[in-house]
Amino acid sequence: MRCVIMGSGNIGTDLMIKLIRSETLDLAALVGIDPASDGLARARALGIEAPHTGIDWVRAHAADVDLVFDATSAYVHVRTAPVLAELGIAAIDLTPAARGPKVVPTVNLGQHLDAPNVNMITCGGQATVPIVAAVSRAATVPYAEMVSTVASRSAGPGTRQNIDEFTRTTARALEEIGGAAVGKAIIVLNPADPPILMRNTVFCALPEGSDHDAVLASVEQMVADVAGYVPGYRLTNPPVIEEGPFGTPGGAVPHRVVVLLEVQGAGDYLPAYAGNLDIMTAAATAVGEAKAARTAGVAA
Amino acid sequence: MTAPFRLTDSTLRDGSHAVAHQYTLAQVTDIVAGLDAAGVPVIEVSHGDGLGGSSFSYGFSGTDEMTLIARAVQTAKQARIACLLLPGIGTAEDLRAIADAGVSVARIATHCTEADISAQHIGMAKRLGLEAVGFLMMSHMISPDELLAQARLMQDFGADVVYCVDSAGALTVRAARDRIEALVGGLDIGVGMHAHENLSLSVAISLAALEAGATHIDGCTAGAGAGAGNCPTETLVTVCQKMGIETGMEALALMDVAEEIVRPALRRPQIVDRAALTLGLAGVYGSFMLHSERAAQRYGVSQAEILLELGRRKAVGGQEDMIIDVALELAARNAAARERVAQP
Repeated sequence: MRCVIMGSGNIGTDLMIKLIRSETLDLAALVGIDPASDGLARARALGIEAPHTGIDWVRAHAADVDLVFDATSAYVHVRTAPVLAELGIAAIDLTPAARGPKVVPTVNLGQHLDAPNVNMITCGGQATVPIVAAVSRAATVPYAEMVSTVASRSAGPGTRQNIDEFTRTTARALEEIGGAAVGKAIIVLNPADPPILMRNTVFCALPEGSDHDAVLASVEQMVADVAGYVPGYRLTNPPVIEEGPFGTPGGAVPHRVVVLLEVQGAGDYLPAYAGNLDIMTAAATAVGEAKAARTAGVAA
Repeated sequence: MTAPFRLTDSTLRDGSHAVAHQYTLAQVTDIVAGLDAAGVPVIEVSHGDGLGGSSFSYGFSGTDEMTLIARAVQTAKQARIACLLLPGIGTAEDLRAIADAGVSVARIATHCTEADISAQHIGMAKRLGLEAVGFLMMSHMISPDELLAQARLMQDFGADVVYCVDSAGALTVRAARDRIEALVGGLDIGVGMHAHENLSLSVAISLAALEAGATHIDGCTAGAGAGAGNCPTETLVTVCQKMGIETGMEALALMDVAEEIVRPALRRPQIVDRAALTLGLAGVYGSFMLHSERAAQRYGVSQAEILLELGRRKAVGGQEDMIIDVALELAARNAAARERVAQP
C-alpha cells in the first residue's frame, strides 16, 4: 500500500522510520511545510522524497497515494480531512481532530478497517484503553480511571496548550471503546532529568461477584497483545486486586484492579523515554498494516 | 490601617486531605460561617487535589465538591470563595461550573517547572471574570531564578497573583525568603506564600515571606492539611497580632473555629510525626502521606521506605499511583529476601 506522512515534526519523523521498516507499507514521501525542518532533512538522508508543499503535493500526486498518515495538528487535519476524502485517499489521523472513528488496534480495529478516516485518540488512550477493554471482557466495569505520567521533555506545545483535550478525549475513549460506564483521565508531567519513561496506571472498579482470576488473566493477555506492536509496552508489577469499598462515580464497589504500566520507546527518532510518542506511531503503523492486509485480501 | 496581606484559608481544600476528602455539608457550613465571621477574606473549597480530584488516584469525595462549593458561596457574607484547579486533573468545564456557582477566585496549580500548561485555564478564568491566582507547586525543587521565570509565564497568561507553594514542606526559612524575594523583585503582580508544617517552619516561613514583600499568605485552620498540615491560620493571626501586624481578622474567633469546629472534624492529630518529617526531608509531595500509609499497611512494607523511594524517583504532585508501584516493588523485594533466608 502506497502511503505518505504529512507533518515532519517529532511524530511524523518517528513514524517514517517505522514505515520504512514495514513490509506491507510503501512510504512515498514525508510531506512537510518547512524546507529547513530536521524531519525533512532526515527523510532526504534516508532516500525518502521530502517535499515542503504540504497538501498541494498530496493533491498533485493523488493518483499514486492510497493512504495518508496525518501527524500535523488538529487545526490542520480539520482542513485536510475533506480534501483527502474528495481525493479518495484514506487517512490515519494522529492529531486530536478526530474526524473519523477512534481506533485501538487490539480492541476495535476490525470494525473500522474500511473507514476512510480513522483517529488514533491520544498516547494515553492507546496505552490504557486496551486494559479497560480487557477488564470489560471479563467483568462489568462501572468506572475506569487512567493516569498518564510523561516526561516534560516529551510533551510538545500542542499538548501543553490544550491539556483538557487529552483528558476529555481519553476519558471518552475509556467509555466508548474500553467499555467502562464512566471514564476519567488524568495527565501528569514530570520534569525529572534524566527523563522518566512514560508511565500509565489503570484502575477499574470491580462489582460484587467479579471473577478476579479472569480479570487478571485477561489483562495479562492484553499486555502481551499490545506488546506485539509496541515492543516497549510492559507491566512494571503484576496487576493487583485491591479491597475497598470504593465509592466511585459509577457506584460503590468492593474491589478495584490496579494495572501499572510503562512504555519504553523504540528510540527510532525520539529517545527511548518518549514512549508516549512511540506508542502513537507504533499503533498507527499497526492500523496501516491492517488496512494493507485487508486491501490485499480483497484484491486476492 | 489596612492589612499588609490577604489571607486565603484552605481548610476546606488542602485541609480536606486530613479528612480523606470526606467533609460534610454541615461541616462546610459551620467552618465557612466561622471563618467568615472572624474576618477571613478568602476561603478555598474543593477536593484536596483541586476540582475534579475525586478519583481512585486521590480518593473519592464523600460529598460532591460542587455541592460543598455552592453551600460555601451561600454561607459567606463577606468572604470570597476560591477553588483550586490542577490542569491535567480538572478542566475548563469545572471553571465554568464554579463561575456559575458564584466563586470569585480560581487558583491554577502546576508543578513548578510546568507553568506553560496553565495558559488555557488562567485565560479561561479571566474570561469568566474570576481572579486568577497562579500556584507553583513543589517550589523547593528549583532555584529562585528558575521559579521567577515560571512565575513570569503565569503573569503573562494574565494571573493576578503568583504563589510560591511549598507542597512538600521542604523549604527552610532562608530558602523560602530567597524565592519570595526573587518573585517580588521580578514580577509586577502580587506574590503569595503557601507553607506546610513538615519541618515545623510554616509560621516562620509565612512571616519571612511577609518581610520579603509577599502580599498573600495561605493558612488552614487548626493546621489541617496534607502531610503535617498547613500554616495554622489562627496561629499566624495570633502571632501577627503580637507583632503589631494588622490582619483584619479576629484571633480569638479563629481559635474558637479551630478548637470547636475544625479539630473535632479531623480524623487524626495534625502533628509533625515521622512520616511528615520524612516528607520534608526527602522533599516528597505532602498528600502522598496518607496514601503511603494505606499502601504500607496493605502490602506490609515500610511507609518511610516508600516515601524515600518516591523522593529518589523525583515523583511530582499527582503521581499518587507511584505509591502502589513502589509498595509492590518493596513487597516483592522483601519476599525474595525471605525466600533466600529460608533456603537451607
